Amino acid sequence: MAKLDLDQNKVKRCRSASVKIADSVDNYIEGLTTTSVERTILRLYGVDGVNSEEIPVPNLIVDQLNKADLLEAGAAVRLGQALLSSQLTVEDLSEAIAENKLDIIKLINNSNLNSNKVKSYMRELASNRAKKIKAIREKRDELQQEYPPGPKPWLYVIVATGNIYEDVQQARAAARQGADIVAVIRSTAQSLLDYVPYGPTTEGFGGTYATQENFKIMREALDEVGQEEGRYIQLVNYCSGLCMPEIAAMGAIERLDMMLNDAMYGILFRDINMKRTFVDQYFSRLINAYAGIIINTGEDNYLTTADALSEAHTVVASQFINEELASRSQLPPELMGLGHAFEIDPTVKDGFLLEIAQAQLVRQLFPEAPLKYMPPTKYMTGDIFKGHLQDGMFNLTSIITGQGIQLLGMLTEAIHTPFMQDRALSLENAKYIFNNARNLGGEIQFKPDGKIQGRADKVLDETVEMLEEIAEKGLISALESGLFAGIERPRNGGKGKDGVIKKASDYYNPFAEIFRKELVASE
Amino acid sequence: MSRDLTAIKPYGDTMNDGKIQLSFTLPVPAGPEGKEAARKMASQLNLKEVEVVHTKDLGEDFSFYIVYGQTDKTIDYTKIRVARATSSVMDYYEINEYIEENIGRPLRVVGACTGSDAHTVGLDAIMNMKGYSGEYGLERYPMFKTLNLGSQVPNEELIHKALEFDADAMLISQVVTQKDIHVKNLTELVELLEAERLRDKFTIVVGGPRISHELALELGFDAGFGIGTLPPEVASFLAEELNREINKEEN
Repeated sequence: MAKLDLDQNKVKRCRSASVKIADSVDNYIEGLTTTSVERTILRLYGVDGVNSEEIPVPNLIVDQLNKADLLEAGAAVRLGQALLSSQLTVEDLSEAIAENKLDIIKLINNSNLNSNKVKSYMRELASNRAKKIKAIREKRDELQQEYPPGPKPWLYVIVATGNIYEDVQQARAAARQGADIVAVIRSTAQSLLDYVPYGPTTEGFGGTYATQENFKIMREALDEVGQEEGRYIQLVNYCSGLCMPEIAAMGAIERLDMMLNDAMYGILFRDINMKRTFVDQYFSRLINAYAGIIINTGEDNYLTTADALSEAHTVVASQFINEELASRSQLPPELMGLGHAFEIDPTVKDGFLLEIAQAQLVRQLFPEAPLKYMPPTKYMTGDIFKGHLQDGMFNLTSIITGQGIQLLGMLTEAIHTPFMQDRALSLENAKYIFNNARNLGGEIQFKPDGKIQGRADKVLDETVEMLEEIAEKGLISALESGLFAGIERPRNGGKGKDGVIKKASDYYNPFAEIFRKELVASE
Repeated sequence: MSRDLTAIKPYGDTMNDGKIQLSFTLPVPAGPEGKEAARKMASQLNLKEVEVVHTKDLGEDFSFYIVYGQTDKTIDYTKIRVARATSSVMDYYEINEYIEENIGRPLRVVGACTGSDAHTVGLDAIMNMKGYSGEYGLERYPMFKTLNLGSQVPNEELIHKALEFDADAMLISQVVTQKDIHVKNLTELVELLEAERLRDKFTIVVGGPRISHELALELGFDAGFGIGTLPPEVASFLAEELNREINKEEN
């Protein structure tokens, strides 16, 4: 494999700055939980269903607890009090609440159980539920043994019809055409819903709602077609927005394989409150780590607003930050699909060389990560013929530099959600280039004083500088001053701020404890 | 070779050969029957000399075709008239400079997807930082101060917010509509503004896949933009229109 000569001292400086940055985030969110984290805990216990107005039961419970000032101790303890004093199962309790037949606040207020008893009961219940998630993870391992996924870079395509059953048809066809990974794009603006819709859905715009039932339907379809094709097909959804950790829990239960999950994306691109995002990302990643789900980070998005040449270092800096924050959720490097993108203006002279420099730099900085490489979008124009060629250059860069997860560009990007034929043409494009240039990276060397090495050095220099600056002023101030994507977000602004809650001294989240303990032990 | 602009046809490699290429997927497996179905499909589009040059099976009983044919239809180019919102489109730098020089302060713009429409893709393409197809959205322009109200905004609330923000212009997006509800929605906004004697206070612009400049004018808007519109087109229009409005007021 062709290698760049990188200054290892600078790489070390990047990592130690990231440690400082992550420390400042930890301090910032110390002692906080969120309504979404508490709803996630309820979901992990098996609380599910909706009432007659389609409001999910986890939301009903958390909203009531919050109003009654009972959430500070954590939903786990309150659920435990309700379960023990009513002698109901989680399922029956969920149903009774959905049907408005039970007042959970009354149950809790009337319960005079010893808090240690409640905690140990809920810990045992959590431990049983965690075993189930572990079994799901083991099932994935088994299936992947039997039907090994294709070679990397994995071919990643999206479906986005709005109708889960139509999505299934397109996903199955994509698998037949050679796709390794299918992502179901979410309906526009789901990220800003403060609840997760319920049941199978057949209407959406620009995508399909992420619901647990939709996850299940697609999982079954991909398992079936994967077994017929002899290749495990991986399923992706979006663990982002106001319900980030809840979707992680649903994905863990329905055996998703990857989740879009970025530490800062929601703050920057969805204007979600910082505290809310950082608290949610920590717990969602802990769940992903426990469930063996690869996260995909969203640095590619920076380059859709900021310039890919002048702001390349912001992508790398963010990758270092995402890496450090993810490792604090016990995610191992092999589950870190750090994101970047092929977004340099195609009219730039030697732009292809600069793309190679960036892709190779990132490859060497994060050697074990299955890097998520995003296709050109910003300079896709509606000229589908040129677009197909741009996607070819993107594929060539990827195979030379050994990327992990190749989100295939569509020639019709910027026109419509992919037609079935667009996906097929993109898969053909990637398969042709990956096969035709499979070992090119191993046959070439980068000139020590050449353009590629020079560009990589420059980006690394700027990355060190940026990370040390952020470490100095703190990540929160950096986000306030628009260091990423040129977008400024005030620390006290953003959506979902109301959902940030101060934990009481006797706060309890048994899942976080169990996941963390087991993950640390297995390191 | 002379061109008859009153009767033009697509050009392949010879004047008036009428050559057209198209590609599509059919929900049948690839094979001789699929190929024949593709040929018939093109024939029913009135294409002559149809050739199916490529067939590919897409799995799950779908197949893809690339087809060539000839048309004998002609268009009278001399009769074509298209209504345009702007005569010239400036770029990002020119627009900022133009506003700074001619108006001397940032323009204030409120955007919203009104009524039941929850789809902000169009509005975001024009307003968000991120922009569209390599062009920054208005949020990014130093000479625009913007407020994006997002989706499902009632007309009353939009007017209220526009007054509060002291807006110069409103951008309305209507993406997904059923039974022409967008027309009702847009008419209602104009009526509300007129009823409150606010119509002259704001420049109002509408965009969406089913919007044309002509329709917008008909509905009482100042401009309309269709699919594929880029932020500089809207920004150029706003800069020129508001320059006229603001400097007219002062004179």
